[in-house]
Amino acid sequence: MTTLRADRPARPARLSWRTRLRRDRSLILMTLPAVLLLVVFNYVPLFGLATAFQEYDPLAGVWQSPWAGLYQFERLLNDSLFWGALKNTLYLSFVQLILFFPVPIALALLLNSVLSERIRNFIQSVVYLPHFFSWVLAITIFQQMLGGAGALNQFLRSNDIGTWDVMTNPDTFALLVTSQVIWKEAGWGIIVFLAALAAINTDLYEAAAADGAGRWRRLWHITLPGLRSVIVLMLVLRLGNALSVGFEQFLIQRNAVGHDTAEVLDTFSFYYGIATGDYSYGAAAGLFKSVISLLLIWGANKLAHAFGEDGLYRK
Amino acid sequence: MTLAIERASGDAAAKPLAAQAVRQKKNERPSWEEPPTVVGEAAKGITLGGVVLVMLVPLWIIVVTSLSTQAAVNRAGGLVVWPDEITFEAYRVMLADSTVRSALIVSLGITAVGTLVSMAVSVMCAYGLSRARSLGHRFLLMLLIVTMFVNGGVIPTFLVVTGLGGYGQWWALILPSAVSVFNILILRSFYSSTSVDLIEAARIDGAGDWRILWSIVLPTSRAVTAVMALFYGVGYWNSFFNVMLYMPTDSEKWPLQYVLLTYVNRGNGMPGSVNSGFGDQFSQTAPLALQMAVVVLTLVPLLIVYPFVQKHFRTGVLTGAIKG
Repeated sequence: MTTLRADRPARPARLSWRTRLRRDRSLILMTLPAVLLLVVFNYVPLFGLATAFQEYDPLAGVWQSPWAGLYQFERLLNDSLFWGALKNTLYLSFVQLILFFPVPIALALLLNSVLSERIRNFIQSVVYLPHFFSWVLAITIFQQMLGGAGALNQFLRSNDIGTWDVMTNPDTFALLVTSQVIWKEAGWGIIVFLAALAAINTDLYEAAAADGAGRWRRLWHITLPGLRSVIVLMLVLRLGNALSVGFEQFLIQRNAVGHDTAEVLDTFSFYYGIATGDYSYGAAAGLFKSVISLLLIWGANKLAHAFGEDGLYRK
Repeated sequence: MTLAIERASGDAAAKPLAAQAVRQKKNERPSWEEPPTVVGEAAKGITLGGVVLVMLVPLWIIVVTSLSTQAAVNRAGGLVVWPDEITFEAYRVMLADSTVRSALIVSLGITAVGTLVSMAVSVMCAYGLSRARSLGHRFLLMLLIVTMFVNGGVIPTFLVVTGLGGYGQWWALILPSAVSVFNILILRSFYSSTSVDLIEAARIDGAGDWRILWSIVLPTSRAVTAVMALFYGVGYWNSFFNVMLYMPTDSEKWPLQYVLLTYVNRGNGMPGSVNSGFGDQFSQTAPLALQMAVVVLTLVPLLIVYPFVQKHFRTGVLTGAIKG
């Protein structure tokens, strides 16, 4: 943890825990409501994962439901719908990595080069805004702009060019959802990179310019190395979340496009768990995803360490 | 083990963004930088202008359409781009609709109560964990952080909430998501690095921890408090999935987002629009202007709060915070 000047003095070095408890009891009391909520709604559900190894019966509850061993997982591995969802998730994750990931970096570089503070602030205010929209709102806006009855087709129709319904077309679905993510989140994503850019020592630029380095060489040799650790961190996060491509976004659009293209692991777990009442099966799918995700985070972080970066956490 | 987010927000609180501050003040090109090329400047202007337009034009079209008469909508063949005949009829009909009215109250209520609960719980917890060398804070911190990586997922959580009798209950929309460990960690790293001297002085004067939190820590960290409240508030205002889980059929309890999903996104008929001024009782779907008015309604509270909080984004509050 960060070293801080402590108002709890380090000395006398050894206080009995009783004394410390008396001294810190209000601090501990303050954490209790949050801890209690986390225990009830985060830790208890962990035990609920036991349902993944059961044939869960809502009437009997977790304690009374019969155990089924790995039966649910066997079902998963033989379910082509599950493999389809896994394939879609990985594909969409990959497309997002390629198309979304560089956008905030480029936008931050561009914005950072704008000299006028007023213009910079205005653009920032505008591009941060959609981050605060709900997915229902964002998708409604996309529907109104690009949907069958939306502004784009209205324009195409009035000019007799024919129609092009982007919202329900499975072929372009990956591009559609990625552009939704870019529209909604790319602006917000620049904050991190702007901070990293601001932390780069401007003397470096001046010295490089004096040595005859042009703007592209300065970008390559000063700016990008300055962004390196943040880029690695964001990549680790992205890879660790490779199996989460955004639940609500797909939940809303799944039926318009069809589950062949729009089913991802999270929606699979929801539809086959809660909507059809096959709780154990949905929980098994959820558990499968969680375990792989943990491995991914761990692996991505190892990779970051191998490149000499801190990554998400350091030892 | 140190999480990136703690390092980052600690840094952000500790050092002001000196380099940027200097540059922002001057607002002019440093002497060593080569003069811009016309092509480069034009490309930059067009790109950034385009980005801004992509964000704002849809909002413009939606607002204008919501203010249009049915005749104007018909003339335009759908969405209205240029204001034609302006009317507030859609808003009148919308607010006369009992579903929308109750949804507005529900949304405002859940957002207000939820944000209050979340903030109270998070601020207390963050301060409780922020004092170095306090008893058990490492263990408690670990307990929190673990939940960021490991969770039961949708179904076990659903089973727990319904098991506690949460189906159809208001608390099911608030309590399961009331604590964001991420937000607590941000608050905590601010609390542990700000006003340490003041806190020390107050403690010597005999102030207890509750007193210190209330009269020193909170007043000196207004910016981060405002931003966290916005985060929580937006989360509650925007949530619709938990409604789908816990009260899918109970339309009197629907918040605005769910109404938006049902009447606009899915295009189901809106009871109040029948026999309205739009005279569209044969259509399954609500008139377009009315739909757009619902969209605007979900936007308005955001747009009211946003400018007040948004200025804090730039003061460095979030620079580090978002790194997690």
